[in-house]
Amino acid sequence: MDLVIALGLQILYGIANLALISLGLAIIFGMMRVINLAHGEFLMLGGYTVVVATNAGVNIWIAMLVLAPLVVGVIGVIVERLLIRWLYGRMVDTLLATWGLSLLFIGLVTTIFGASTATTISPPLGVIEIGQYSSSGYELFLILVTVALLLAVWATLKLTKLGLVARGTMQNAEMASALGVSTNQTYMITFGLGAAVSGLAGGLLAPITGVLPTIGAIYIAKAFITVISGGMAILAGTTSASILLGGVNGITAFLTGPTMGEVALLLVAIILLRLMPRGITGTWFRKSL
Amino acid sequence: MNGERAFRGTLIVAVLGVIFTLAAPSVFELFTIINLTTAIALAMLALSLALVWGYGGILCFGQTAFFGIGAYAYTIAAINFGGSTGAILVAILAAAAAAAILGYVVFYGRVSDVYLAVITLTVALILYSLIRRTSGPEYKIGNALLGGFNGVTSPPINVPWAPYTMLFPEHLFYVAMVALILAYIFCGWLVRTHFGRVCVSIRENELRAELIGYDTRLYKLGIFTIGAAVAGLAGVLFSNGIGRVTPDVFNLYNAALTIIWVIVGGRGTLIGPILGAFGLFYLTSSLGSQSVLNNNLVLGVILIVFVLGVPRGVVPTVTDWLDSRRSRKALRAKERRLRLRRSRAASAEPAE
Repeated sequence: MDLVIALGLQILYGIANLALISLGLAIIFGMMRVINLAHGEFLMLGGYTVVVATNAGVNIWIAMLVLAPLVVGVIGVIVERLLIRWLYGRMVDTLLATWGLSLLFIGLVTTIFGASTATTISPPLGVIEIGQYSSSGYELFLILVTVALLLAVWATLKLTKLGLVARGTMQNAEMASALGVSTNQTYMITFGLGAAVSGLAGGLLAPITGVLPTIGAIYIAKAFITVISGGMAILAGTTSASILLGGVNGITAFLTGPTMGEVALLLVAIILLRLMPRGITGTWFRKSL
Repeated sequence: MNGERAFRGTLIVAVLGVIFTLAAPSVFELFTIINLTTAIALAMLALSLALVWGYGGILCFGQTAFFGIGAYAYTIAAINFGGSTGAILVAILAAAAAAAILGYVVFYGRVSDVYLAVITLTVALILYSLIRRTSGPEYKIGNALLGGFNGVTSPPINVPWAPYTMLFPEHLFYVAMVALILAYIFCGWLVRTHFGRVCVSIRENELRAELIGYDTRLYKLGIFTIGAAVAGLAGVLFSNGIGRVTPDVFNLYNAALTIIWVIVGGRGTLIGPILGAFGLFYLTSSLGSQSVLNNNLVLGVILIVFVLGVPRGVVPTVTDWLDSRRSRKALRAKERRLRLRRSRAASAEPAE
């Protein structure tokens, strides 16, 4: 029984981890049809924000939950104004430009902080005992934060004026602008919010993974595959793809080891895309958010 | 541009390549020649993406996946066979087979271009993290240990059917250069065949090509697979130039670099990306010797500047500029002739 709980918690954490690293990317992709190749670097910048702030004496919770999303969100808005804005409707160029941005961020952070791991911070919560097994309390916290974050995004989209405007723009940008919505401004805010969520995710993961200028590369493969498998719907897509891929990864990893877990994840994603080229939400839950 | 004339251009470039090959060993030092072998391998990788992206219109961000598969397949096969001749064939076939399987999924699933870019990139990155984990002694294929992030030492190419007659570095340079020139001529020929023209028409307008009656999925799969085979051969040359193959061939930096060569050189040309690869190889190796400017920083700025400012790349921009200058000059000459004739006619009239 204890084993089942411990294993279940481990798989749940794997799922939450996928959802956490993908959500920011999914928001930007679902809203603006922009695949942000600098997504990994947004996560990385969130991590650096936390490390720098805690080293400067800021409380770690404030650094993770407030500063990281704030800093990266502001960076996101600046990036949108200076770069992305000129490339709407040119998807391929957006991909390439954000890739250039990704290299630029890696280069900048390497120049400022050096190429090796910055001072690490330890996870702030202790160990939880489940019978003879133990689990990290921080991982449990991350699961809860991910659920809260998904709920917050749902509430923002469904209950606020901003969410209404954003959903309208997402469905038909031309009609929205004809009705007096400034789509330009909506895109700016969306990009900023997506970046802020990425920054939050990067900040939350920093105590577990440490920070490196090139750490984005660890996340992006998984984030891309989750978002693409999920499809256009931000929440339903991210959640369903995370559950499927995270579940497969967790179970295979438990049975055969972590290497095969990733192989299984990739294989399932490729088969899924052969069957549903527009992702899970391109076929099922089409009306969902 | 007329097809015959353009293919003549390809041959002229090939002849220049031959001259360079013959002259290089007497001009450069041995160290430069060894470095050049690596640059040639990268240029061939650029050529393969020039074919797939520039002519096929397939946005493959993970061309390095096939490059790396070629490098690993060659190394593992050469260790197991004890000779390189069969191993080269195995490498090309392995890269092509991987592309055929992936291509079947994406083209027959009708995955659109932007998704395709991200999927191919993801495949390369997942291969990277997989191969990095294979450091234990249990991960081996035949006699070849995969070696995790330290990689595997690649046996050098030997003379066919004489496994103990290894090639010296300067011979390797000749082999690489000949391979590049042949691959370049092959690609130049391929894009002018019926198959190549159909691929270009699909790039221009997939729906129209399909309505005319071509199975666009099959053509895309074809050019994707051929491009991967070229990338696999490039991987063979690369593992020879470096002397070993590590998971780094699959990493994000190399994937980005490949894209940048093609963007800088120009899509829709074959020589542009090759020159882009040589130029950026020179740039990054001279940047490597100083520590003020980070490589990533410079490449990122180059990529952004080109996407925003010179989206078509250097070679098409320069050729267009030369063409328009030539035609302007021709126009001016024509005007001058006309004016001359008119003034002559005017001066001739009163005499009549």
